[in-house]
Amino acid sequence: MNKLNFNRLLIPLLSILMGLLVGAIVMLIGGYDPIRGFSSLFDGMVGSPYAIGETLRAAAPLIFSGLAVAFAFRTGLFNIGVEGQVLIGWVAAVYVGINFDLPMFIHLPLALLAAMFAAAAWAFVPGFLKAKFHVHEVITSIMMNYIALYTTNAILRSVIGVTNERTESINDSASLASPWLQEMTQFSRLHWGVLVAVLAAIVYYYILQRTTLGYELRAVGFNKHASQYAGMSVNRNIILSFVISGMFAGLAGAMEGLGTFNGMTLSASFTGVGFDGIAVALLGANTAVGVVLAAILFAGLNIGGLAMQLGANIPSELVKVIIAAIVIFVASGYAFNYVIDKFKGNRKKGVEKK
Amino acid sequence: MSFLEVLYIVVPVALAYATPLIIAALGGIFSERSGVVNIALEGIMVIGAATGIITTLTLTSMGLGGLSPWISLLVAMVVGALFSLFLAVPAILWRADQTVLGVAINMLAIGLAIFVVRVLYNKGQTDFIEYRIAKENVPILSDIPVLRMFFINVQYTSFIAIILAFVVWFVIFKTPFGLRLRSVGEHPMAADTMGINVTKMRFMGVMLSGAFGGLAGAVYAVTVTTNFSGTTIVGQGFLAIAAMIFGKWNPLGALGAGLFFGFAQALSIIGSNLPVISNVPQVLLLIAPYALTILALAGVVGRADAPKSVGIPYIKGKR
Repeated sequence: MNKLNFNRLLIPLLSILMGLLVGAIVMLIGGYDPIRGFSSLFDGMVGSPYAIGETLRAAAPLIFSGLAVAFAFRTGLFNIGVEGQVLIGWVAAVYVGINFDLPMFIHLPLALLAAMFAAAAWAFVPGFLKAKFHVHEVITSIMMNYIALYTTNAILRSVIGVTNERTESINDSASLASPWLQEMTQFSRLHWGVLVAVLAAIVYYYILQRTTLGYELRAVGFNKHASQYAGMSVNRNIILSFVISGMFAGLAGAMEGLGTFNGMTLSASFTGVGFDGIAVALLGANTAVGVVLAAILFAGLNIGGLAMQLGANIPSELVKVIIAAIVIFVASGYAFNYVIDKFKGNRKKGVEKK
Repeated sequence: MSFLEVLYIVVPVALAYATPLIIAALGGIFSERSGVVNIALEGIMVIGAATGIITTLTLTSMGLGGLSPWISLLVAMVVGALFSLFLAVPAILWRADQTVLGVAINMLAIGLAIFVVRVLYNKGQTDFIEYRIAKENVPILSDIPVLRMFFINVQYTSFIAIILAFVVWFVIFKTPFGLRLRSVGEHPMAADTMGINVTKMRFMGVMLSGAFGGLAGAVYAVTVTTNFSGTTIVGQGFLAIAAMIFGKWNPLGALGAGLFFGFAQALSIIGSNLPVISNVPQVLLLIAPYALTILALAGVVGRADAPKSVGIPYIKGKR
């Protein structure tokens, strides 16, 4: 294995270890037993078929939101607006799921498409503003998140007609639910979405690595000016990248609306799926395989956290601390590289001296 | 209800909501003027709000009474400044991506705050504080006709925020410290050449933003919500960032934008009781600050240029 690949694996793994270490320290400071804490956390992640089912269920939207963030990253853009796009996709999927009565082979794809295109339209705004007015996409997409939060609540109230905080359930013909998968996992909420998500990861890989479009997008990510010189339209690629990223994000929302919850609830705050997606993309180094693995890890931590609260009485919020710490360490890759290089350099010098 | 009567109701509420936005935006200016993006303002406010409430509850139980929320503001400033080191150290020393860090720190803040609350109180939210910073009628000034709308039912923290805006403006544009801070944010290499310690200035910028952000969160908690839970701070930090941008990274601009956004928030909260405004869908008032910020950035409301080196780690010797 060459050095680059080695470091690309080493930094995420070290970051996970350091993140868990931070978790252990916080547990100790809080007066808890880390061994008991981690064993119940692990048990809640993968300790039973039910736990595995729930972990995979929670991974589905994270794979999508991770792919969304990663796609933009690959083209040199930071889509921090995934959270808002998830909400828009969710509401669109639920709208189609409730208001249409069609055979499943039309209804389900239609609901998924609705989620994709609504979120893509939402993501178009920061992309367009970046391309046309050179407005930094980070700030616009944060603002779009809040606009999405309030807009989806307004849509749920006035268009879908929510009473009692929650929509009615979507029609079965638009549901991703699978009695077979549920039965296999001691009746977790596992649904077909996780397979759709893995399929999406393959599509992600294919678009980026095997198509001209993907080549252009990556080229723009590497060097905007060189790409421009080579005759690519940078502005078009920026907008396209955001739109495709939004499509992935919208499907993350569809996973929640059509798979896990079969509807949508009014909410005062964000779902976290989009923000976790940033963590997933970073830890997964923006690669398809990496994103899937990172999504499963974070989903497992989120699910295991609940078990940890029940089993060891440790607040499940600890998991957020662990995930945040992992992201901080991954983002600080330079420091790791520096330490690793220094360590290796010293060793090499030592060898030469001999 | 006459127009003036409406103002007598709206202005005090607007001031209460504007206060934390102004303070946090001022903090953001310190950080971004020094060249460090501060998306973490939201998380810093969460920590400030949690500190403010926990300290107030503790001090009240120790018998400090009405003084407790005021002391808690100072404690929140210190805790906020220390918490901002989670941003400062990786961003300035380890060259980490500042935006990514900000997102992670927001996550860390909410996780840590609720974790501590659960450890201390064995539940997901705190009790309501007994002594809050009260709404008062300012003596004499509240007797002046018309102008009194600014002095009835108002918390003294609002005046502190407005005064701070002028102080920060003076510090940033009229003192050697401000000049150094700005130079580090615009062209760190030039500043370095002139003998300014870029690392030190950036640390001060970020930690000042931490102190202001902590104060802002605590002010919001002890004046508006009076307890702490996971939904105490939802978006105020980002609204403050919006106010900072809308105010073009200028403290007085941030003051104006903060007041305006506070007004929008007040309208969205009490608008349904008011004539005319009750016909405007609430959602439009809620999204107005965010939509306006996007328009401001697109140049519709005049150009808003960020400090040139904001978001770029400074690497000595690299051109």
